[in-house]
Amino acid sequence: MKPRPKTPPASEVVPGKAKPWQLRLYVMDQTPKSLTALANLRKFCEAHLKGRYRIRVIDLLKHPHLAKGDQILAIPTVVRKLPKPVRTIIGTLSDTDRVLVGLDLRSLECP
Amino acid sequence: MAKKNSTAFPVRHMTNGHKPAAPRTLLPKCLTGIQGLDEITGGGLPLGRPTLVCGGAGCGKTLLAAEFLVRGAAQFGEPGVLMAFEETEKELKANVASLGFDLAGLVRRKKIFIDYVHIERSEAHESGEYDLEGLFVRLNHAIDSIGAKRVVLDTLEVLFASIPNEAILRSELRRLFRWLKDKGVTAVITAERGREQLTRHGLEEYVSDCVIVLDHRVNDQIATRNLRVMKYRGALHGTNEFPFLIGEEGISVLPITSLGLNHKISTERIATGIPRLDAMLGGKGFFRGSSILLTGTPGTGKTIVSSNFAQAAALRGERVLYFSFEESPNQIIRNMHSIGLRLEPLVKRGLLRFHSARPSLYGLEMHLATMFREIAAFQPHVVIMDPITSLMDAGTASESKGMVTRLIDYLKAGQVTSLFTSLTQGGHVLQQSEAAMSSLMDSWLLLQDFEGNGERNRVLYVLKARGMAHSNQIREFLISDRGIDLVDAYIGVSGVLTGSARVAQGALEKAALLASQQEAAQLKREVERKRGALERKISALRSEYESEAAELRRIAEQVGTRTMVLGTERVASGLLRQADAKVAAGPRGKFRHEKGNS
Repeated sequence: MKPRPKTPPASEVVPGKAKPWQLRLYVMDQTPKSLTALANLRKFCEAHLKGRYRIRVIDLLKHPHLAKGDQILAIPTVVRKLPKPVRTIIGTLSDTDRVLVGLDLRSLECP
Repeated sequence: MAKKNSTAFPVRHMTNGHKPAAPRTLLPKCLTGIQGLDEITGGGLPLGRPTLVCGGAGCGKTLLAAEFLVRGAAQFGEPGVLMAFEETEKELKANVASLGFDLAGLVRRKKIFIDYVHIERSEAHESGEYDLEGLFVRLNHAIDSIGAKRVVLDTLEVLFASIPNEAILRSELRRLFRWLKDKGVTAVITAERGREQLTRHGLEEYVSDCVIVLDHRVNDQIATRNLRVMKYRGALHGTNEFPFLIGEEGISVLPITSLGLNHKISTERIATGIPRLDAMLGGKGFFRGSSILLTGTPGTGKTIVSSNFAQAAALRGERVLYFSFEESPNQIIRNMHSIGLRLEPLVKRGLLRFHSARPSLYGLEMHLATMFREIAAFQPHVVIMDPITSLMDAGTASESKGMVTRLIDYLKAGQVTSLFTSLTQGGHVLQQSEAAMSSLMDSWLLLQDFEGNGERNRVLYVLKARGMAHSNQIREFLISDRGIDLVDAYIGVSGVLTGSARVAQGALEKAALLASQQEAAQLKREVERKRGALERKISALRSEYESEAAELRRIAEQVGTRTMVLGTERVASGLLRQADAKVAAGPRGKFRHEKGNS
């Protein structure tokens, strides 16, 4: 598996805290939907996980075989690999509440 | 077909999937290799188009789809992709391996690509727009990686549970089917049967080329699977429901009823092994390739007649396949030995083969398929089913009639002579099932019991024999340790007499004859005696008469002499008495004298 880190690692690992979040964003080419999803994901991460996340963008057009690993059907899909359990959220992430629930960010927000 | 044989079976590609002769079609078709399905569809599924296979749980959708792929890859050199939404690759491999498909091997040789799509609703949250491009990517990748020509999506409907937005899903499905067509792959999409519509989520709306409906029904505790081609755009196809089964070699559909009534027929006659029976059948026995029904109440000797028939055929060098549904082969051999039939050497020589199975072992269709397989493997000249009725109990009346029809059609097409025995209950000889079945039969022999005088006797008669002159007589049917013998039953004023009654009647007649002979002799003697007596009487009378006549003559002579003497005396005395009263006294005196004398 050679997922291409498309974006520069926009995260600084904060020592002492839990392991950084590992997020994978599956896209098909640089479609508007893909770009929107990436932008939204970044926005959420910056707002809630500043410095504690890593995003890997995987372009299935270039790596079609990678779709099988995370059971990708819908595009775009975000997979939270870490922390466990694995969570999946599909779509352009334009519905904030659902993203917060889907990625379980709300728990981080409240305390 | 290792054995030499000239017979041609329509469905002989039981194990190999060689091409059935497909009629000329306008629509290019893709052979499935599934036994029978290619006949129904007239050459397979529409090439390069999706086909929907729908049915309830456990009716064999996945298996049909998997067989389509496996046969494609193994027999037609068409690699295939199996996109499984329900079963994992491991499960699939194990499941089809039990049917003799080496899916794992085909995957290893890159003939088949399995992609297990695992989706659970709880894992997926949606937010904003999306499409199913991921599915397309995976499918495309799978197809391109092995150059697949066939694709199976099993079961696509799972997506409805996992993709929350049905509008998106539907538009994506529409795109998917379009895409599959553009890709030029022949696809099979399985779907769960819906309650009101064909599929639970209306997938038929996207697949318009070919729809196959599978069904699994239970009647009287016996399950039958049915397959129906509901729709096949642009092609002729059988519209009936065809039973199919999942056997050791995958699916086989039995489209035998589609055959027309155009069997080759034979004028050759074959002996029954019972000379008197041959004589009853126009002297030559049955026609080759005809179907014979042998009906009888219990213990009338159906198996014996069948075994005789089998032995006679085997001794002619023909192969005989004996399906027994009540007795084991060894039991039949032993029992027939007791009446002088030696079947064992024939079995050893490979001319006679027994196949025993309990009717309740499996459903009617399974029996039929087993029989077809045995027949195709053994290529017999004569097939015996003993008894067909116990097999018919395994299904409903219409099912079993259908089965017998198919069986007979199948056998006739191969010019196999078939003998079916049918067990009837005591009393009513012509049961409903026989009446229904008899129309399928060319000849019908009836074995019957006659009870009376404290004994039971068997009789046999020919109820019908198409195409030959046959005896209308009832023959008594004797079983001894030397085999079967038919004798004329006694038919007289008191009805048909058999057994000891027949013997007794014979004796009675003999006695009567003897008695009347004796009486006649007696009478003759009496007459003789009377005649003798009469003659004696006659001779006595005659002698009496003769003596009287002699007396008369003697008297007459005396009278003459006396008269002469008197005359002379009267003349002398007249002379003495002056002779004046000569005229008057003469005669009177003479008569008086005569009277006093006699």
